[in-house]
Amino acid sequence: MSEILVKERDIVIPGEALAEGLDYLPGDNTYRENNQIYSKVLGLVNISGRVLKITPLAGPYVLKVGDKIIAKVIDIAMSGWRVDTNTAYSAMLNVKDASMRFIKKEEDLSKILAIGDHVVVKIINVTSQNLIDVTMKEPGLHKISGGRIVKINSQKVPRVIGKQGSMISLIKTKTACEITVGQNGLVWITGTPEGEFLAERAIKLVEEKSHLEGLTDKIEKFLGGN
Amino acid sequence: MIANKETIMMLAAQGKRLDTRKLTDYRQPIVIETNISWTAEGSAKVQIGNTTVMAGVKLSIEKPYNDTSDQGGIMINAELLPLSSEEYEPGPPGIKAIELARVIDRGIREAKAIDLHALCITPGEKAWFVIIDIITINDAGNLFDVAGLAAMAALKAARFPVVNEETGSIDYKNRTDKPIPLTKEPISVTVYKVNGALMIDPTVEEENSYEARLTIASDNDGTISAMQKGGKMPLTVEEVGQMIDLALERSSFLREELNHQLKN
Repeated sequence: MSEILVKERDIVIPGEALAEGLDYLPGDNTYRENNQIYSKVLGLVNISGRVLKITPLAGPYVLKVGDKIIAKVIDIAMSGWRVDTNTAYSAMLNVKDASMRFIKKEEDLSKILAIGDHVVVKIINVTSQNLIDVTMKEPGLHKISGGRIVKINSQKVPRVIGKQGSMISLIKTKTACEITVGQNGLVWITGTPEGEFLAERAIKLVEEKSHLEGLTDKIEKFLGGN
Repeated sequence: MIANKETIMMLAAQGKRLDTRKLTDYRQPIVIETNISWTAEGSAKVQIGNTTVMAGVKLSIEKPYNDTSDQGGIMINAELLPLSSEEYEPGPPGIKAIELARVIDRGIREAKAIDLHALCITPGEKAWFVIIDIITINDAGNLFDVAGLAAMAALKAARFPVVNEETGSIDYKNRTDKPIPLTKEPISVTVYKVNGALMIDPTVEEENSYEARLTIASDNDGTISAMQKGGKMPLTVEEVGQMIDLALERSSFLREELNHQLKN
């Protein structure tokens, strides 16, 4: 009885029927109504066994515990910094989570992180009210200096990283740049100015063509001459 | 893109930029399109890189001002559409929009680019007034130069409407082939000082990192008609001299581009 109405990697719109019958299960971004499964978003169909999922083409980033993000210091409070997470919610970076060393009570916090600085941080707590705490106290988390920061659609972050980091390591080796991808869609690139520019264009290309297959080959070709 | 200010400043001191352009290069493509609107007497859309600005020229018959009873007039208004940048909000014009309009206005007015005496119909009673509206479609930096170019292109493309001899009313639907009496072609070039280096045609990120800027409007023979200084830092006499040399050289490039594209 059950019938699937779409193919793998089809682009579907909200409300489009994906399958009929109870043999298929609604996964991410889908819902079941009257024996049919519909899409909730504009995106690509992903069929894994009996589960139908949609990978959205666009959408906001939802802060998750454990994600590494790039944030910008927007305010200095009594006991820490408020950082902009490139989402609707700002986060708090407490003094105790900011540095490995001990920060004295009377110290000037703006000497450590000033307003406008960018930092690589990890989310350690998200409350039900979306109050977010971040930390900078782990290896790989630090204040950003130099290089450039590029903003991309946060839904495309997995494609920029690639399977087991294949895409990002390709761009890194071809352009000789250090690249840090924040889950919130901010990417920090640092290297030679020419390398940075090439890496930036490659990342923009991934973002633009992310729905196509064989993307890694395309990017390799794009970066080929170097 | 959000780029670190320090990176832009460091690169500028080395004569480099984030997008690998030279400091004195304009972005490509430079596209100048005229007669994009049929309701305006003259109109133009100018694109430099990703910055796009539209300008429209309207002509109306008004009573001349009392102190210049034998002259017409010009009015320039700029609007920064909220759609063109995340910074702009709807509402009355802000300081940026007013500055943009005034800098363009001064460049054209002080060069005496439009022969205002020729716009007069009956002294003290009737004269043509030229109204230029500048609208930003996308602000990717350097609105001054792009808007100046758009205003100039729209002026060059404008044609007078037909006037009914008996009633004196303007028939905006029909145009004569009489152009606006332009005597000169002022083109403004804005030179930015970033970390001691002089830069042309900045992107939005570079505009957020400058120390001082100088907009220089000059006409065909290199006569400077207007200048506007912006930014928090001072400029030395030598720097102003360098900026003027650079601006004059670059304005001839823009003028060539304008004349070449309007011919086709």
